Amino acid sequence: MPDVPMKATPEAATLKATQPAVPVPVDEQPDSGPAPGKPRSLWSDAWHDLRRKPSFLISAGLILLFLTIAAFPGLFTDASPRDGDLTQFYLQQPQLTHFFSPEWLGYDAQGRSIYARIIHGTRASIIIGLTVTAIVFVLGSLVGMLAGYFGGWVDTVLSRVVDTFMGIPFLLGAMVILVSFDVRGPMVISLALAVLGWTTIARVMRGSVIQVKQADYVQAARSLGAGTTRILMRHILPNAIAPVIVVAMIALGGYISAEATLSYLGIGLADPAVSWGGDINFGKDSIRVASHVLIFPSIMLSATILAFLMMGDAVRDALDPKLR
Amino acid sequence: MGRYVVRRLLQMIPVFIGATFLIFLMVYALGDPVVGLFGDRAPDPATAARLRAEFNLDQPVWRQYLLYLGQILTGDFGTAFNGQPVIELMARSFPISFRLMLVALAFEIVLGITLGVISGLRRGGGVDTTVLLLTLVVIAIPTFVLGTTLQFFLGVELAWIDPAVGPQPGLDELIVPGLILALVSLAYVTRLTRTSVAENRRADYIRTAVAKGLPRRRITTHHLLRNSLIPVVTYLGADIGTLMAGAIVTERIFNIQGVGYQLYQGILRQNSPTVVGFVTVLVLIFLLANLFVDLLYAVLDPRIRYA
Repeated sequence: MPDVPMKATPEAATLKATQPAVPVPVDEQPDSGPAPGKPRSLWSDAWHDLRRKPSFLISAGLILLFLTIAAFPGLFTDASPRDGDLTQFYLQQPQLTHFFSPEWLGYDAQGRSIYARIIHGTRASIIIGLTVTAIVFVLGSLVGMLAGYFGGWVDTVLSRVVDTFMGIPFLLGAMVILVSFDVRGPMVISLALAVLGWTTIARVMRGSVIQVKQADYVQAARSLGAGTTRILMRHILPNAIAPVIVVAMIALGGYISAEATLSYLGIGLADPAVSWGGDINFGKDSIRVASHVLIFPSIMLSATILAFLMMGDAVRDALDPKLR
Repeated sequence: MGRYVVRRLLQMIPVFIGATFLIFLMVYALGDPVVGLFGDRAPDPATAARLRAEFNLDQPVWRQYLLYLGQILTGDFGTAFNGQPVIELMARSFPISFRLMLVALAFEIVLGITLGVISGLRRGGGVDTTVLLLTLVVIAIPTFVLGTTLQFFLGVELAWIDPAVGPQPGLDELIVPGLILALVSLAYVTRLTRTSVAENRRADYIRTAVAKGLPRRRITTHHLLRNSLIPVVTYLGADIGTLMAGAIVTERIFNIQGVGYQLYQGILRQNSPTVVGFVTVLVLIFLLANLFVDLLYAVLDPRIRYA
């Protein structure tokens, strides 16, 4: 199974090209949704589109695969990512026909199996990506919702706070925070990335809430005497969250990339932790004689980021009524 | 227009103070600059105390910040712990990063907008699908992977370029590093232009222009492009700041001694005056670039007029 990532890109190209340019009108599609005449909700409409979309199916498959690797690396390899044997395996070239064996993708300059390392490196990237996204999603949505709904001075203050955090370059801020920690585990790195990462979500949420709060159903709820909390949680949030989810999915890929960049710069995960960024940094030193040390972690990293980007893209297109 | 600029400048003050205080807090409250100075060894208490007094580190953080702000308002960014004035480091590195940013920005404008317009006009076609897929792939491959590989192939294998640039690189030496720096933003500019062009192509004023019998070329450049560029210009404006600061990886790969290089050294050695000083200038550039972009709107879209 793990050879899927390398095939994903060209496959996506051919499949995408055969897609009809103009989406088929809904009433011409075989109806598998609710009974005719009953309007579908935004999400079930989107789901109806997504199920037929090759780019969504491929990215969803890839993400599932990466999540499985992250959760159960032992299913994919028995070899240890940390055991190195310099005398036997120093920079040994890949044996591309020995599928899923430790020597499949070759060995690095410390005699460690590249295949075992890219499998065991998945967990760090996925955990950090998901954790940062979760923190940023909650914090950003909350700030954006309050600023957008209440407006006035609340909006002015919160928007300036967002501007303030946006003014400091993202990667730089994370580096400044991380350098003061001696031990940098996934949680510390996630927090460092989240400190400056939440602003984009806050801006998207604010814009979305401002649009939604003028809707008739919000006015109706208010005139029926619904309280602020109820209006926010039951009416505004479900209707304003769609663009935020799309941005969060795309951002997840960005956080995985940022984590790898930090490890590459030597301020992220360090040995004995296994991470793709660190391995790529290590591999660039032997690029002339053993390019496989650089190439395979790079492919895994890029395929993971690509999967989340493609998923975000597909969901956005499905949710956008203008493209119908 | 004048009043608008003044109002925007006034709005920038709290953001500037907030952002500089934030970075100040991150540098001085999280790390201990004096301990950082001594590396792995424990500092001699008397020396540490003397250094703390010299750099105002024995004061509470907010007083340190006020003292610092007072200093930089008189143009004094302090001295790095190695005795070099921070302002000298800035004078050396900012012009280099500025040139690198210009090269990257030129790639984004020329390549990004051209590709975006072409694929936006042929939405759903083969060219469009290829361009769209290519942008996804470019965004998905992190800069350090692409940069390292391209440096190896162009610089070492093919020997078309120097793998590392000199201490005072000219524009020609910065072409490949500039392209690497630009790539991710280039992909975003392409996608943004594509969406914007595809949306505006169905606008009433385009139909009117076609009905009037204007040549297609003129419709594209004068009507379609001008109206489609507003979101792109917003993105490019915000990107100027990011490109100046985000060059840490690119500058490290090609050994360019610009802002990113100085910041990387400063952060690793916990050289606080360098980090805070450089970030302060970067925040200022970021804010001014955004203001400039807002003023550019009025030029692009006659419906927007600032009173």
